[in-house]
Amino acid sequence: MPSSSPINAPHSMAPPTDDPRWRLVDTTMRHYGYAPNALIETLRIVQESFGYLDAIAMKYIARSLRMPLSKVYGVVTFYGLFRLKPPGEHTCTVCLGTACYIKGAKNLLDAVKLCTGLLLGQTSADNKISLLSCRCFGACGIAPAAILDGQVIGNLNSSEMEKHIRKWTVSK
Amino acid sequence: MNANNLNNSKAQTIRSNDDLLLCAEREKDRQAQYKQNLFVCMGTACQSCGSTEVLKALSSRIKDLGLEKDYLISPGGCQGNCSQAPLVSVHPQNVLYQNISPQNTNDIIGSLKGSPIKELSCDNQSSFFARQTRIVTEYRGLLNPERIEDYIAVGGFSSLLKVLTQMSPSQVIQEITCSGLRGRGGAGYPTGLKWSTVAKANDSQKYVICNADEGDPGAFMNRNVLEDYPYKILEGMTIAGYAVGANQGYVYVRAEYDVAVKRVENAIKNMQRLALLGNSIGNTSFNFNLEVRVGGGAFVCGEETALIASIEGGRALPSPRPPYPAESGLWGHPTLINNVETYGHIAPIIRNGSQWFANIGTQKSKGTKTFALSGCIKNTGLVEVALGTTLREMIFDIGGGVPEGRKFKAVQTGGPAGGCIPESQLDASIDYESLKSLGSFMGSGGMIVMDDSSCMVDVAKYFMQFCAAESCGKCIPCRVGTVHIYDLLNKITKGEASLEDLSQLESLCDVVQNTSLCGLGQGAPNPVLSTLHFFKDEYIAHIVDHICPAGACGPKGQDLRRPACVL
Ligand SMILES: Cc1cc2nc3c(=O)[nH]c(=O)nc-3n(C[C@H](O)[C@H](O)[C@H](O)COP(=O)(O)O)c2cc1C
Ligand code: FES
Repeated sequence: MPSSSPINAPHSMAPPTDDPRWRLVDTTMRHYGYAPNALIETLRIVQESFGYLDAIAMKYIARSLRMPLSKVYGVVTFYGLFRLKPPGEHTCTVCLGTACYIKGAKNLLDAVKLCTGLLLGQTSADNKISLLSCRCFGACGIAPAAILDGQVIGNLNSSEMEKHIRKWTVSK
Repeated sequence: MNANNLNNSKAQTIRSNDDLLLCAEREKDRQAQYKQNLFVCMGTACQSCGSTEVLKALSSRIKDLGLEKDYLISPGGCQGNCSQAPLVSVHPQNVLYQNISPQNTNDIIGSLKGSPIKELSCDNQSSFFARQTRIVTEYRGLLNPERIEDYIAVGGFSSLLKVLTQMSPSQVIQEITCSGLRGRGGAGYPTGLKWSTVAKANDSQKYVICNADEGDPGAFMNRNVLEDYPYKILEGMTIAGYAVGANQGYVYVRAEYDVAVKRVENAIKNMQRLALLGNSIGNTSFNFNLEVRVGGGAFVCGEETALIASIEGGRALPSPRPPYPAESGLWGHPTLINNVETYGHIAPIIRNGSQWFANIGTQKSKGTKTFALSGCIKNTGLVEVALGTTLREMIFDIGGGVPEGRKFKAVQTGGPAGGCIPESQLDASIDYESLKSLGSFMGSGGMIVMDDSSCMVDVAKYFMQFCAAESCGKCIPCRVGTVHIYDLLNKITKGEASLEDLSQLESLCDVVQNTSLCGLGQGAPNPVLSTLHFFKDEYIAHIVDHICPAGACGPKGQDLRRPACVL
């Protein structure tokens, strides 16, 4: 196993705030004995709990796991999974994998652009909609597919996509 | 274990083959209490088409009618023909219903006593089903992937106990070697050889890793297999642990596969509960544990050395081999790393013998392989065929061909390191050597069919854009080369390239292929090279005539350099 730190090392750093979600983060790091290999799992837990990773979170993790902030930042920006900004209220993730590309994923992106003006990776100014992409989430059998607010929707065409997005833009 | 103990299910553990048989008998008895078993497919495609609602509707209706004692409604695994989602199967009648919605609930329940409903039935004797050979996806759709007992009832874990009690580690490796099994992660490295290298390594700490990163866009076999047969994969890994002398294993799954992550975590817990993981498995001195590691979504994570760097908590940067992970892998210890499907073959080989396995497939490529059929094809979904099946059988007999009067143009295999195979080569057999000789690659099993509306230059550009974006940046040929290749392809699709650009493209591909550090860069030029080989006329049409024959890069027949009409 990786060298883990001595049991009594001063890990008991106070979390940035008294938000109870930090307890889960601490539990994760403790589970790994504050070893460096806890990093990705800890980042994932922070993102799951808070929705994204901000500088405060990254600094806290860097100090707790006793590694340079640059390493934490390097890992965060390496993996497509991690977000540095909070996502919009609704998210639309369009698959750009091969099967979806062949079946016209580009038209879906165009449809979203048409009704929201958003480009890939952007969030609308009112923080309502984020447009993201991913590389195949294994729904190739029903391509082209997208994930709308966590729900996989397959066999989409541009007008259906527009309908889904309009539902978000008109609702209060 | 005695009969009294049996009733106390909490204390029940499986320590011997007798325990296992008892557990299987009890489960079979439980299932036999029901007149019929209904399985609602819970695969990605079916769920997205509303199978959760179907499951709920069926369960609550059965409850309302007070028929819970007669009919068992369970969530089931993927049936394979995702284009007809959602699917419901009825057993033992072996009836498959397609395109089911909650509105069909009453009809289905009403028909359980009589004959099946013709209009909703899907022909499960059609060539889509009949042409498949199932090893990894055995009992397709008939196992509740959450319950370990379902797997035990069909012979699950008998291979593990056989190995632990009757075979030495070297006998296990011998059996796998004799079977001729080759790695299903792409390159087809002989599995027995890899296992024996790790077994021979002299270190008290060794690891076993299951590569379930499946970063290949357009492939979903590993996802499906992990979701539906988690116990089979974990059994294979545990046997591998025994054979190579490891006591710890990791299943590395990408984060997008949340259902697979949950299923594997649940399976690990259930195996621990029955003492099929942990200390003294099967009352022997063998200790083994498993953990899940969730990947962060980068294509390069699938490369074995990068994957190991990721488990160690850092950026997934590949490192030069040798040393191979088998000698120095996770935290510097000897590490066995195999693909999901490779592990899926282990328990069946031990159960049925290496000779049985070696009889399936071709001379050099033994056994079966799962493929994800998608793109412009009638029957999309997951299929498992004996290696040596021809591409034509796969696409036209199993896949049902290209729909709506369009024309088949090419099939892409091997993902971003693979190639596009044209109609003229469709009689080639699907095996490692034959695909390689066609300039493609077995890859993990994505098979994407394209019709005449796809432009091959644009397809090559798509893959190059993928590789450029996914290059980890560690080595220069891959980081810089892929971008330049992309720029050249982009120029071609805009009708602005010259023939010199084309020869530069060829030489650049050669450099990137031969000087990159890992398989990502080494394989990146393949889609370009293979389309250049089989579809050079399309490149020439873009360059010399400035048109895109398929009409993908611009309106058909129109000069690509002219700006599109604004009206
Ligand atoms: C860029 C790249 C991506 C890869 N992705 C995967 C993958 O997603 N799944 C996989 O099993 N192997 C993948 N591989 C192959 C692995 O490095 C490794 O060879 C394989 O996991 C070994 O397992 P096997 O012997 O069972 O095939 C990839 C290789 C490269 C170069
Ligand atoms: S290519 Fe889009 S889900 Fe696989």
